[in-house]
Amino acid sequence: MEAGIHELTAGYALDALDPDERRAYEAHLAGCERCQQELASFWESTEALAVAASGPAPSPALRERILADVRTEPPQNVVPLESRRRRTVPVLAAVAAVAAVVALALGTWATSMSSDLDETRDALARERAAAAIVADPTSRTVEMAPGAGRLVVGVDGQAALVLPDLGEAPAGKTYQAWVIEDGNPISAGTFPGEYGTDVVLLDGDVAEGEVVAVTLEKAGGAKTPSLPPVVESDPV
Amino acid sequence: MRRHHAHLSDEALVALVARGDEDALAELYDRVGRVAYGLALRVLRDERHAEDAVQEAFLQVWRSAATFRAERAKASTWILTLVHRRAVDLVRREERRQADPLTDDSAAGVGREETDEAAWLRFERERVQAALKQLPDVQREALELAYYGGFSQSELAERLGVPLGTIKSRMFAGLARLRELLDDSTQEGSWKPEFTS
Repeated sequence: MEAGIHELTAGYALDALDPDERRAYEAHLAGCERCQQELASFWESTEALAVAASGPAPSPALRERILADVRTEPPQNVVPLESRRRRTVPVLAAVAAVAAVVALALGTWATSMSSDLDETRDALARERAAAAIVADPTSRTVEMAPGAGRLVVGVDGQAALVLPDLGEAPAGKTYQAWVIEDGNPISAGTFPGEYGTDVVLLDGDVAEGEVVAVTLEKAGGAKTPSLPPVVESDPV
Repeated sequence: MRRHHAHLSDEALVALVARGDEDALAELYDRVGRVAYGLALRVLRDERHAEDAVQEAFLQVWRSAATFRAERAKASTWILTLVHRRAVDLVRREERRQADPLTDDSAAGVGREETDEAAWLRFERERVQAALKQLPDVQREALELAYYGGFSQSELAERLGVPLGTIKSRMFAGLARLRELLDDSTQEGSWKPEFTS
């Protein structure tokens, strides 16, 4: 049976299993690293098959329908970035089972970015790490002021900033994040700022009672923050 | 119009979606929606049904983004997997399956004023189609009937009059070979445009 179930990977990637086989395979997949890796590899091929089928763009009305759906969705289905959260929050109320299984199965492979520069790869890795903290419903969310920014702190103290509308730093300048511990600021890295929302991974951990601030500094960053900060968090 | 989240990776967008950011979902749709719709249309052969499948899949993305392993996975694959699953479930329910061979004129609707992204998609599509043509006929047939036609392995075995084990190994070999061919053609130096220009 074990050997038999491994052979279902290609059929699963193509959605070509019968319903009972699909269920059996998904149950097996959760604990089988070999199948997870093989499936991830096969999914690269099926994604290519999807691209090969591409044709005319969908009607603009479809985009509107999807966004309208989302707006009417009951809010308990997502963990909003709005409010302060304790370390333990209930598991998401309504998680689509299929999506969960698929997401789990996708787990074990890193996208290959062979042609990218190391710098780009490093930036992407940092953004992914920040994304993981932000996506984790057990992370705490702390407000930043002024504006609608948030500091998101993972259970292990790793933290990310989500800053809408900070904007690009002026020429010759950079944003710099600081973790302030008992009034003592420690640099948590620099970032250029973007049009739109910044998702920034902080260097170092953030602990209970500490504050995170962002200042505008000369390109390359500063040893001590220039006051006043552009945004500052409540104490964690 | 500048897109508010245009600089973020797909994975960061999924993380924001998990926190209820509608703009992030809109940006994901803008990136993946066209391929998603083409795929659903290919399977379902009906614009209305294809739109429904894409709509339902994006609602699933909205609901379950927090379960996605953002640090290790590719978001587009996840979304397309949800779209395909939905389309196949619909097509099996409605018994509306067909499986014509893939034709090159599926791009007919690509506009005259082609955007960089549409050009990139066309380039990628041609690259994959060229790779598909290099597969042995029986492997290509197994992949196309399953993925575009929505046939299960056991249905295919019956339809083609070959043992189930043969179908399984054709699918396995076909997917593995396709991936190799695509890796090779990437290394031969495909271009990838900068969308920011």
